Amino acid sequence: MSAGERIDGRYSGLLPHSIIPSITHFLMTSREKILQRIKLNKPEETHLPDRYTFESEYVDTEAKFIEMLTAIYTEVIVVRDLTELAYKVSEMYTATNRATTIPALAAWADFSLQVSDPHELEMIEIAVLQAEFGVAENGAVWISDNCLPHRVLPFITQNLAFVISRNDIVTNMHEAYVRLKDTTGWGCFISGPSKTADIEQSLVIGAHGARSMVIFLVEERF
Amino acid sequence: MSKTIVEHSAASEIFNEDEPYVNWHDETLWFVRQKRDKSSKQLPEWEELRESASQIKNYVLSHLDELLLSFEQKAKENGVHVHWAADAAEHNEIVLGLLKQHNIDRMVKSKSMLTEECHMNEFLIKNGIDVIDTDLGERIVQLRNEPPSHIVLPAIHLKKKDIGDLFHEHLGTDAGATDPQYLTEAARKHLRDKFLTRRAALTGVNFAIAETGGFVVSTNEGNADMGAHLADIHIACMGFEKIIPAQAHLGVFLRLLARSATGQPITTYSSHFKKPREGQEMHIVIVDNGRSEQLGRPDFRSSLKCIRCGACMNTCPVYRRSGGHSYHNAVAGPIGSILAPNLDMTKNADLPFASTLCGSCSNVCPVKIDIHEQLYKWRQVLVQGGHVHTAKTIGVNAMSMVLSQPRFYQWSGRLGRSVMRTLPFVVNNGLNPWYKQREMPEAPKESFRDWYVRNRK
Repeated sequence: MSAGERIDGRYSGLLPHSIIPSITHFLMTSREKILQRIKLNKPEETHLPDRYTFESEYVDTEAKFIEMLTAIYTEVIVVRDLTELAYKVSEMYTATNRATTIPALAAWADFSLQVSDPHELEMIEIAVLQAEFGVAENGAVWISDNCLPHRVLPFITQNLAFVISRNDIVTNMHEAYVRLKDTTGWGCFISGPSKTADIEQSLVIGAHGARSMVIFLVEERF
Repeated sequence: MSKTIVEHSAASEIFNEDEPYVNWHDETLWFVRQKRDKSSKQLPEWEELRESASQIKNYVLSHLDELLLSFEQKAKENGVHVHWAADAAEHNEIVLGLLKQHNIDRMVKSKSMLTEECHMNEFLIKNGIDVIDTDLGERIVQLRNEPPSHIVLPAIHLKKKDIGDLFHEHLGTDAGATDPQYLTEAARKHLRDKFLTRRAALTGVNFAIAETGGFVVSTNEGNADMGAHLADIHIACMGFEKIIPAQAHLGVFLRLLARSATGQPITTYSSHFKKPREGQEMHIVIVDNGRSEQLGRPDFRSSLKCIRCGACMNTCPVYRRSGGHSYHNAVAGPIGSILAPNLDMTKNADLPFASTLCGSCSNVCPVKIDIHEQLYKWRQVLVQGGHVHTAKTIGVNAMSMVLSQPRFYQWSGRLGRSVMRTLPFVVNNGLNPWYKQREMPEAPKESFRDWYVRNRK
C-alpha cells in the first residue's frame, strides 16, 4: 500500500540501487518509519510472565475497605437499605444544588442532571452517585459510563458521595480487573476526595475535584 | 532551547550554597522515599509484583511494533484518531494542527513529561496558543517560567514562601500568605475558570492497552478528568513505550505506580479512557523522538521500561542534594540521566556522572531497571565517544594508571597520607573538589594493607 513499495516495484530497474532505500525512507510516513525502526531494533523475543495476578487475603474484606477509606479522608456510612439511605442523605446534605443518579433519592435532589452541556453541572454542591464496586486494598470505587449520565460529574461537583452494595467489594486490583473484563467508553477508579501536596508536601484536600467524599455501604442488595 | 546549559556539577554547586535549604530538600524527598518503603511493605507479594512488571515490560519491548498496531486498530474502532510523530517537532506540529483545525487558541493541559521533552508549550505559545498547565505544581512552575524539577512533584524545589509570593503577584492572594490550604484554594478557583472556558484539553498517558485501544491517566488532583470531560477535543500524547499488552496487566502496574511514587495505595483518580463521549473528538499522538534508537542499544534499551514513578529520584543521594533543575533535562535524576544521553550525547554527557553508583535507584525501581549499571555503562560510551571533558579523561586515565600498578599505588597512598598529616593545607583548600561542603578526614597512620601484613600470622 505504501508509496515506497510502488517505487521498489516499478522503478527499481531505473534507479541506481544505492539511492532506492533513501528514497523509500523519504516517502514513508512517520508511522511506517517508526514501526520499521522498532522492528529493526527491538530485542529478542521474551514471554509474558506466568504470574501477574495475586490474591490478597483479608480476615474481613469490608473492614479493610473501611480502614483504607478512613486513611484517605473518606467517611464510610453503613445503611440497611435505600430508605435509610434516603433518610441519612437528606439529614446530612441540605445545601442547594443537590444531584443524584439514584432513583430512591429523587425527592431529595433539587438539581436535574438532564442537561445537554456538562458545563452546567458546575453549580452542583453535592452529588450522590451509584458506583459499581469497591476495592479493599486501596479504598477505590469504580464508576463508569454504565451508571453516569456525564463523565465530568464526579469531578466537577464540590462534594461527592458514592453508594455501593456492601457485597460489591473486591479484595485487590487483580480481582477488580477480573470484574472489568469489558470496560465501557470510559471509567475511573476514584479513591477519596481530590488532593494535592504540591506546596511543600503539605496535604491539602480539594484540589480540583471533590472537596469531601462519603461512601454509603448498603446492606441489602439493590 | 538555545539557553546555555550549566553542567550538573556546576549547577549543584549553586544549589548547595544555601545549606539549610539543601538539607530541607534532601529531607523532604527522603520522607517521600520512606513513605514508599512503608507502603510497599504492606504487600507480601511486592517483589513478585516488581518481577511481573519487569517481565511484562520486557515482553512489551520485544513486541512493540505488534502491540502498537493492535492498539492503533482498536483505538480506531473505538472512534479515536491516532497520529504518529517521529520526533518532537512533528508531535508539536500535530497538536498545533489539531487546534488550528478547530479554531482553538486556548488549551488546558494536565501533566505530560512527554510534552516537556518536546518543549511543546514554548512552541505553542510562539504560535499564538495560550497553554495553561492545570496540575498545581506544574501551574506554579509555569507561572515562574521554569520547567518542573521532578516528574511527580514538579514544584518540590520551592518553599511555601516562594509560592505565596508568586500567587500574590499572579493570583492576587494576600501579601505574605503562605498557608498551603489558602494558596491551593486560590489556585482551585483560578483553574476552575480555565477548565470551564477551554475547548481543548491535552493529557499525558500512563498506560495504553494494546488489547482494548484504551489508555489510563492517573492524577491525584482530578485535573486530567476536569479538562478532558469538559473539552470538545481531547488530545492524549504518549511515548510509544507506554503500551502494555492487556487490561489485566493494569492490576500489576496500578498497584506498583502510586506506592512507588508517593506511598499512596493508588492515585485518587485512575481514569480509563476508551471512547470519546458523545459529540467529543479524541486524539492520541504516539511519539518516537529517539525511543526507537534507544531500543536498538542493548545496554540501555531497558530504560524504556520506565513507568515514571520518580522513586529513583526520591532515593538518589545526588538528586536530593542537587535538585532537579541541575539535570537540565525534562526527566531528571537517575532515570533521566540514562534517557538524556540518547537524545543528545554532547549536551547530556555530564549526567551519567551525576551519580555515586550506589545502586539505590535500581533497588527501588518498580520495573527493575538496572539504572546504576546503565549509568556506569554510559560513562564508558561517552568517554570513548569523546563527549567528556579532557580534564575528566586525564583524571580517569591517571587513576587507572595508579590503580593498575600495585607498587605505585602503595607508594602514592603513603605519600598522600603523610602529606595530609604534615601539610593539611595542601588538601584543605578550595582547589580540592573533595573539600567542598566537606571536612577532609583525618589521615590514618597506615593503610589497611600495611596493617594486614603486620598482623598476619
